Amino acid sequence: MDKVITAENLSLSYKDFETIISKATFSIDAGSFVFITGASGSGKSTLLKSLYGAIEPQGGQLIVGGVKMNKISTSKLNFLRRHIGIVFQDYKLIKEWTIEKNVMLPLIISGYTKDVSSEQVQKLLGHVKLIHQAGKYPPELSGGEQQRVAMARALAHNPILILADEPTGNLDEYSSEVIWNLLEGANTQLKTTIVVVTHHIPSSINVPYKHFHIEMGTVHEIA
Amino acid sequence: MKSLKNHFSLIIALFTVLFSVQIYVAVDRTIKAYEEHLKNDYSIIVVSNKMLSEAEFKALDNLIERSETIATDQVLERLKGEMSKKNLDLLKVTLPKFYRLYLSRFPTPQEIEKLQKRLQKHSAIERVEGYAQTHDTVYKLMLLFKDVVQIFSIAIAAVTSMLIFKEMRLWQFQHAERMSIMALFGAPVWLRSAVLFRLAIVDAIIATIAVCGAFFIIDQYGWMDKVLQTVGISIELFDFVDDAVRSLVIALGVSIVLTLTIVIGNTEEE
Ligand SMILES: Nc1ncnc2c1ncn2[C@@H]1O[C@H](COP(=O)(O)OP(=O)(O)O)[C@@H](O)[C@H]1O
Ligand SMILES: [Mg+2]
Repeated sequence: MDKVITAENLSLSYKDFETIISKATFSIDAGSFVFITGASGSGKSTLLKSLYGAIEPQGGQLIVGGVKMNKISTSKLNFLRRHIGIVFQDYKLIKEWTIEKNVMLPLIISGYTKDVSSEQVQKLLGHVKLIHQAGKYPPELSGGEQQRVAMARALAHNPILILADEPTGNLDEYSSEVIWNLLEGANTQLKTTIVVVTHHIPSSINVPYKHFHIEMGTVHEIA
Repeated sequence: MKSLKNHFSLIIALFTVLFSVQIYVAVDRTIKAYEEHLKNDYSIIVVSNKMLSEAEFKALDNLIERSETIATDQVLERLKGEMSKKNLDLLKVTLPKFYRLYLSRFPTPQEIEKLQKRLQKHSAIERVEGYAQTHDTVYKLMLLFKDVVQIFSIAIAAVTSMLIFKEMRLWQFQHAERMSIMALFGAPVWLRSAVLFRLAIVDAIIATIAVCGAFFIIDQYGWMDKVLQTVGISIELFDFVDDAVRSLVIALGVSIVLTLTIVIGNTEEE
């Protein structure tokens, strides 16, 4: 099976600080659904950051979507990121843009026409049950609603890989359910590879998944 | 129109720069116009014992633009009744020739001195009469004013650069978040900063329009014209083509350099 992510002896740290992930070796198959768990501060977000190139491997090798992440060039990284959808714990929506435009961001970046983008955005806003909020600005929405917007944005450009960092960390039940359903839907219907960092694997999950756990700087799979 | 409020201080800063540049240009223009005015009034009277052509004068000093013969006929006319024709003819020949010399531009005191010396050296020239008061008080005041405006402009430039720098930090702060989010979705640098460039260009255009407007109002009010008329000159305070274009170029230059600084300082991301 094709690998979307391959890590070999991957070590991660922030500049001169101590090593956070040390010599991790794992791989993630295309089209799989992966959960990453671990105690607070164990390095879950750090690992995810390395997957979208926000931090560089300090040791070992990391390949994402066929692209080597060690010493990656800016243009290559931009190219890779146009095929990844990220959901952050703090949403990272653009405050001065409407909900509609926020969802459109990946489509704007990929250079889709207005017509195609608008149609896609309407469809996604329907999926996250936010059509009626399209013209509002992020600060006018609740946390749960904002995360649903972020979820719609992550799906907008049909990415090959979705990275989500505690997407339902502090959301209401309804919003959590919408988000889990969308991640499952993308995985089953579009064969999108999903990597989710979470404290707690929801019992409602209906797809086969892999589970990695981070402890003391090591990443190991839980069968 | 939220952006207009956000960029108010940049517009003000750009406006100030453009306004002081324009004032400097206007002062310079005033002095040039006044020099032209002085030049037209200014002439040198030369008394010569023989006929001298304009070409001969011009060959002496290239500052000389043209010469004019001062007619002595009127004087001779008056003596007509009192003198015989023969004597009159004799007088006509022996009477020195008077010339008025006009200059190509307004001379400096040194140039005047040199010119007078050159003329006096000429064997045929007997007397040279220039106006000692070439650099009159108004002119001296104008030159002083130009210096003051220059110092003032430098002071304004210093203050506005501080203002622009402050604004730049604010911009950096305001736009950093959006730019880093766009980067996370793979937006290339030019796309991330497109909004900044658009705003910078809009601000530059607004500042230019504001300066055009300000000078249009000053022009309409006619206050400057009245002042300048008292010294006998009139200038175009603001040329709505040349000056507007210069203002726009300066405003765009300043704001684009400012934006580039922000963009270059924002290439690293989370
Ligand atoms: N930007 C940073 N600079 C230095 N240390 C950091 C930075 N971000 C996180 N850390 C440290 O790295 C460790 C792992 O953090 P993180 O990956 O965010 O943990 P979590 O598993 O809770 O997501 C923590 O000890 C944290 O303090
Ligand atoms: Mg975290």
